[in-house]
Amino acid sequence: MELEPTYAAAQANLAPRKASATIPDSADHASRLEVAAYRVSQWLRSPRPYLMLVGFVLFLGFWYLAVEVWKLPRFSQMPGPTAVISEWLSPDPTYGLSIYSPEYYQHIWVSWRRVSIAFILATAMGVPLGLLLGWSQRFKEYVFPVFELLRPIPPLAWVPLAIIMFQGSETPIIFLTFLASFYATTLNTMLGVESIDVSFIRAAYCLGAKRQQVFWHVIVPGAMPFIFTGLQISVGVAWFSLVAAEMVSGQYGLGYLINTSYTMVQYPTMVIGMFTLGVVGYLTSAGVRLLGNYMMQWRARELAIGGER
Amino acid sequence: MNPERAAACERSIAAPLPATSSSPEKPRRGEIRIADVIKIYGSEANGIRAVDKCTFDVPAGKITVVVGPSGCGKTTLLNAIAGFHSITSGTIHLDGKVLCGAGRPKAEPGPDRIVVFQNGALFPWKTIIENVAFGPIVQGRLTRRQAFDQARTMLAEAGLRNLESNYPGEISSGMRRRVEITRALMNDPKVLLLDEPYRALDSLTKSVMHEALLETFDRNQVTIFFITHDLEEAIFLGHRVVIMTTRPCRPKKVLTVDIPHPRDYSVLTAKRFREYLDETAAAVHEEALKAFAAGERER
Amino acid sequence: MAEVGDRASQAMRIISSTKFWRGALAIAIFIALWETASRADISRVPPPTAVAVTFKELMADPSYWFSWYLSTQRVFAGFIAAMLVGIPLGLGMAVSRAFYGTVFPVFEVLRPIPPLAWVPASIIFWPTQELSIVFVTFLGAFYAVVINVIGGAQAIDTRYYQAARSMGSSSWDIFRRIILPGTLPSVMVGATVGIGIAWAVVVAAEMISGGGSAGSMGGAKGGGLGFFIWNSYVGGSYTQIVVGMISIGIAGYISSALLRKLGELVTPWLREQ
Repeated sequence: MELEPTYAAAQANLAPRKASATIPDSADHASRLEVAAYRVSQWLRSPRPYLMLVGFVLFLGFWYLAVEVWKLPRFSQMPGPTAVISEWLSPDPTYGLSIYSPEYYQHIWVSWRRVSIAFILATAMGVPLGLLLGWSQRFKEYVFPVFELLRPIPPLAWVPLAIIMFQGSETPIIFLTFLASFYATTLNTMLGVESIDVSFIRAAYCLGAKRQQVFWHVIVPGAMPFIFTGLQISVGVAWFSLVAAEMVSGQYGLGYLINTSYTMVQYPTMVIGMFTLGVVGYLTSAGVRLLGNYMMQWRARELAIGGER
Repeated sequence: MNPERAAACERSIAAPLPATSSSPEKPRRGEIRIADVIKIYGSEANGIRAVDKCTFDVPAGKITVVVGPSGCGKTTLLNAIAGFHSITSGTIHLDGKVLCGAGRPKAEPGPDRIVVFQNGALFPWKTIIENVAFGPIVQGRLTRRQAFDQARTMLAEAGLRNLESNYPGEISSGMRRRVEITRALMNDPKVLLLDEPYRALDSLTKSVMHEALLETFDRNQVTIFFITHDLEEAIFLGHRVVIMTTRPCRPKKVLTVDIPHPRDYSVLTAKRFREYLDETAAAVHEEALKAFAAGERER
Repeated sequence: MAEVGDRASQAMRIISSTKFWRGALAIAIFIALWETASRADISRVPPPTAVAVTFKELMADPSYWFSWYLSTQRVFAGFIAAMLVGIPLGLGMAVSRAFYGTVFPVFEVLRPIPPLAWVPASIIFWPTQELSIVFVTFLGAFYAVVINVIGGAQAIDTRYYQAARSMGSSSWDIFRRIILPGTLPSVMVGATVGIGIAWAVVVAAEMISGGGSAGSMGGAKGGGLGFFIWNSYVGGSYTQIVVGMISIGIAGYISSALLRKLGELVTPWLREQ
């Protein structure tokens, strides 16, 4: 005879709703799609998309009016939105760069490649370092002061030194991008470790875990949310440094493109470069965020239920 | 609740004292002796004296509840037993062996004394079953499959089987507490240390939790050391209630609650319960006033 | 009087702690390694001894300090502009949902464009080089300030609003007594972050507009610390490069520290007991 737990009835109400075993997985998927569709329809019904539209219209409108209609003196040299967009979309652009020209993608690719290499290196070195700094008090006492000593120097102040230290034109650029990224990642990882509630660590020790096990089972997963926030910041900072580095030295790349089109008085191209930078930068940031959400299912689910911290 | 248990409870309320537990005898373990323990944070001269010459016993196989105002130092005692803090002087014995004392001011945390924390310490990044199976796996006692199997059994016993693949963030706090206790019991600890585990729950959930705890205790007979500020909770749950003074804490009054286990909520209106309350409420209230006047802050 | 004694004993305690000596040891090792690497010609970085000598020389050179002055001026101009524009904008977005819905998407679209990408556009737009550098610096700090202000305002517990309303506050009162002070900590955080970014941007902007192919202006040592670094590179004086870097680091550190102190003064309620 099975012992009937006392609170089975209460439990039925408290337990989260789960698809029963008889309904196949596809039902789960269908409901996720339905939820997404529902959310979109709700969004469309709220004032938000329309306000957004108004904002963009105002912005573009002002730009358009200032340059092309009122011809304000300050804006005399600036290209207007029509000039930029038509150039961008034209199969035979005046200055040789549009979505149809392979050069455009070459620039994007070069910049993206540099950021990726630098970012991956920075993450590979920064995360372990940050974890160690947060976990071992002794290690932090030795290493952190040196770290903090170099940190106030803006990555971009390293440009000449980087050019001196490293051969070639690619390495200094990647080094600069790496530097900024590395600092952001390390710092955020360290903060992440330090912000883990000490109860989790204590609970693990109580349950018989040894120091190493606590590190892998508690510290690393516990710091993940902070690490991913740090990675998003790190990607942003990487783009920031990359552009500066490209503007000062090197060939190809979006920063280089912006600079050269400026010197060659190809202003619409310059603006195209700027906006492309913005889009690519945003996409990489979003990519990191999505990766984080995927890897931390538990957090996504917790936040979705409006969970308590 | 099931009829068998209800009947047992009725019998125990009406029974003359003292009555032993109706479960079969298990070897008694988890006896803690606290002797002259002093804990000072900071230096001798201008530190904070949290515990001052505190002496009392925690009998094996029973529920001992420590009651006191916020900030009085009771958590310090629990932390010392658990091995999170050191003590300045005095000794704490566990089953006859020195846990911490002269020459060894801090114990090592371990699975013989497991803590259930006030705000819960289920690992949010592991599923319920991974949490519950955590102890035996990291200790190397069981393989992953064995641990999971045992975890499933224990969760089912506690009526929590459905929650197996959920994350702690998805279930209610009451459920989380019970999972945490299950996680602790997986390791067959000598002592279960509960640090105001139900403080953050509403009183309705709390009453359900109390009965759950008592039921668990009936099954396991593990020594329980429970901290709370709630006197009724203390008398309802405990075999022995130790009332502490404000900081620095020492036992002000020790009460043996002779209401036999198993207990259910009808105890709350029983005459004997009210008598115990009468005896102790004045003492607790006096300390509460002192704590208030001293401006004690919650942790 | 007691405070002075306290500080002194605090300092003594810090110096005598192992933590301090471990850090100092590590720094000493770092400098030693740097020295050996330079001497052995492994890296082409000038050794710390040479850098120290140059530093001493430059300290006596007025145009070095003038560079300091110029850069600091630009940083603070851009920073203050960022605060003046950013705080009201942020508060506006936090207070009015319509305003937020209109302005924030445009803000978010422009934000990923690194401030330095604006340098050429800025040069075209603004009449003087000063203004163009200040504008780019402004942009850098501006985003940080706005994001923090919005975050801070949104984080104010709704119960404060409810409490105020139930005591009869008007909307203006609520703004003045709840939103403003409630957002203040975040404003200070945004400011501290913003000024760090401002320094990073100024250095690069000076390098780019002074040293890059974007046309140059100003004398050999006139354009601020970033320009100074770039010029030292072009002129082949490597020790000066390092001195410039260290100078900027010090400058950035001082401004952040000042802001943090200011933040503590302005939000006394956050002080720990």
